[in-house]
Amino acid sequence: MLGLTIEQLSYMLRGTGWTIALSLLGFVGGTLLGLPLALMRSSGSRTARLLSSAFVQIVQGIPLPVIMFVVYFGISIGGYNVPALAAAGLAMTLYSSAYLGEIWKGCIQAVPKTQWEAGECLALTPTQRFVNIILPQAIRIAIPPTVGFMVQIVKNTSYSVVIGFFDLTYSAKVLNNSTFMPFTVFTIAAVLYFAICFPMSMIARRFERRLQRT
Amino acid sequence: MTFTSPVLSPAAAPIFPAASMVAFRDVRKSFGAFEVLKGIDLDVGAGEVVALIGRSGSGKSTALRCVNGLEAINGGELTVCGRALHQGGTDLRELRKEVGIVFQSYNLFPHLTVEQNVTLAPRKVHRIGAAEARELAAEVLAQVGLSEKAQNYPEQLSGGQQQRVAIARSLAMRPKLMLFDEVTSALDPELTGEVLRTIEGLAASGMTMMLVTHEMAFAKSVADKIVFMHQGRIWETGDGGMLSSPQTAELQQFVGNGL
Amino acid sequence: MGYDFDFSFLASYAPDLWHGVWLTLGMTFVSIVPGFILGTSVALARLYGGRWLAGAATCYVEAIRNTPLIIQVFWLFFGLSVLQIYIGSFLAAVIALTINVGAYTAEIMRAGFQSIPKGQIEAADCLALGPVQTVVSIQLPQAVERVYPALVSQFVLMMLATSIMSQVSAEELTGVAYMIQSFTFRGFEVYLVIAVIYLAMATLLRLVLMGVAQVSFPRRRRLGTPL
Ligand SMILES: Nc1ncnc2c1ncn2[C@@H]1O[C@H](COP(=O)(O)OP(=O)(O)OP(=O)(O)O)[C@@H](O)[C@H]1O
Ligand SMILES: [Mg+2]
Repeated sequence: MLGLTIEQLSYMLRGTGWTIALSLLGFVGGTLLGLPLALMRSSGSRTARLLSSAFVQIVQGIPLPVIMFVVYFGISIGGYNVPALAAAGLAMTLYSSAYLGEIWKGCIQAVPKTQWEAGECLALTPTQRFVNIILPQAIRIAIPPTVGFMVQIVKNTSYSVVIGFFDLTYSAKVLNNSTFMPFTVFTIAAVLYFAICFPMSMIARRFERRLQRT
Repeated sequence: MTFTSPVLSPAAAPIFPAASMVAFRDVRKSFGAFEVLKGIDLDVGAGEVVALIGRSGSGKSTALRCVNGLEAINGGELTVCGRALHQGGTDLRELRKEVGIVFQSYNLFPHLTVEQNVTLAPRKVHRIGAAEARELAAEVLAQVGLSEKAQNYPEQLSGGQQQRVAIARSLAMRPKLMLFDEVTSALDPELTGEVLRTIEGLAASGMTMMLVTHEMAFAKSVADKIVFMHQGRIWETGDGGMLSSPQTAELQQFVGNGL
Repeated sequence: MGYDFDFSFLASYAPDLWHGVWLTLGMTFVSIVPGFILGTSVALARLYGGRWLAGAATCYVEAIRNTPLIIQVFWLFFGLSVLQIYIGSFLAAVIALTINVGAYTAEIMRAGFQSIPKGQIEAADCLALGPVQTVVSIQLPQAVERVYPALVSQFVLMMLATSIMSQVSAEELTGVAYMIQSFTFRGFEVYLVIAVIYLAMATLLRLVLMGVAQVSFPRRRRLGTPL
């Protein structure tokens, strides 16, 4: 099919599976680290704000492939021989958390100040105010850009090819080296990425439109 | 100029006298199924000042917008500066070189200085040079009393000043006809006066004008002809005196409420 | 941790690092202008292009935005090589970056154009400005000024993305780092240094682009207010 054998196609599909796995890892890790970051970014403590902001600035100023290399070599100098998945997963976590933290900080701040004051009038504690009043509204605002960023995560897992992680991009590169059919191989790879990313982009847009209407 | 204005046929000549700059003949305009103009007949002669008054929704803005082609008419005949707009194929850009319009919202270009706002169209459309543009700006800004604001940006001006710049911007195109649509409605009372005086100055200089206004005293003082519109029709026409002695119950009620 | 850091490679490989920095910056700056022009044209095509042109523009934007840059680069680079077209890795990288950043710029600029009040265009029409004059003199300057921060972020991201061009043998900074670490076996130190250099370059690029804004938006320079 398309000049590729069934084995070659299923090789790419296996790569696709690892792309999805790494994306999930990046998103889950990014959420676990990004949430506290978002809270720190919008917290009352100056130190917390400075620290978290420095982290975000640094990560957003370094290319993801370089983050991958730093993590990869950083772990191995500890004497551990880690699988590329762990290095790639950790790098994706650092990278995603910086962006997600920033997105979510914006969402928390987008909730009108009057809502905090309203919570105060109801004699709620700061934590109660945050959990019961601010958070539900912030989550609604956060859904479209978060889904939008998941598209970035999927696409950017392709950078793990630099540390030799086997994913869709890696499988396409290997196949191209053996078949010399770059247009076929990379078009199929592009279509597979597109099949994952485009629906998410559409969902993000739909959520955004729904949010704008209200 | 390569533009060929439609030659008036002998038969049409009596209907559109040469002095008539705008001629509405049974003009109709609908938005969807809703007919906003239900047969308007109106002439505006050269040098004449015509004020359109009437309730909200009576079709004043629509009538004005038809004159410079912002709205296309659905029936009847509308001739502006010798161009038969109902015949289609009118070059609207050519029309708008001769017909200026000023809106309630000034719509100045926020990224340009006052002088740049005023000279942009003359430079791009009439292709005048930088030196000439500077002189032109000085002239029209003096006309609206804003010479000292040439290098300011719109947001640095009051609403009344912005509206005067909008007038100057239109004047810089050297129009034969000026349209004003409720140009003072967005302004505080104390700023309204300066804009109205600018328009009065223009009227005195012989500019042909059509203006929609809610300022009855102003309409009375500046207009040669007042047109009262009601439900898409011209209900009553007359000079300033008609406001004090309305012929129809509708105008009676309108001036009763308005004053 | 009993690890001895060793940054001695810095001295001996400084010229290589410089070369990598220049190539990275070169790729970035060469791609910005064509990427901006492409993106703006595509945004205009989507807004005013009529059915077919707008449809084609949308397909381009969606195709690029929903696939990884690295696949686009491989497609172009290896594709050209089987067609026996050799344009060199620098040019290939610039073309790929332009096409890629063009799609993102198109979305940013489209939002910019859409944010301009209708009255501005009506005013331009009423002053007898033609459609091209209106776009050039009224819409474009206002749109760019409004979305400028987003454009800056996009171009910084593009600069960071050049780091994968070593995959198609362009010897930009990350490629140089790979070479150094393969000789010195000091991967961690090398990439730490590289990370710092990228951070510096990202800051520099931001500063330069903000300087461009100072020159390009005289209103903002004088008043300091957003449009
Ligand atoms: N673009 C449009 N689409 C649909 N309906 C319109 C449009 N423009 C105007 N109308 C309708 O046409 C009618 C006349 O509108 P117009 O703006 O001419 O009134 P007006 O006399 O200028 O009123 P006002 O004093 O409030 O400005 C109104 O009922 C209005 O809702
Ligand atoms: Mg009106």
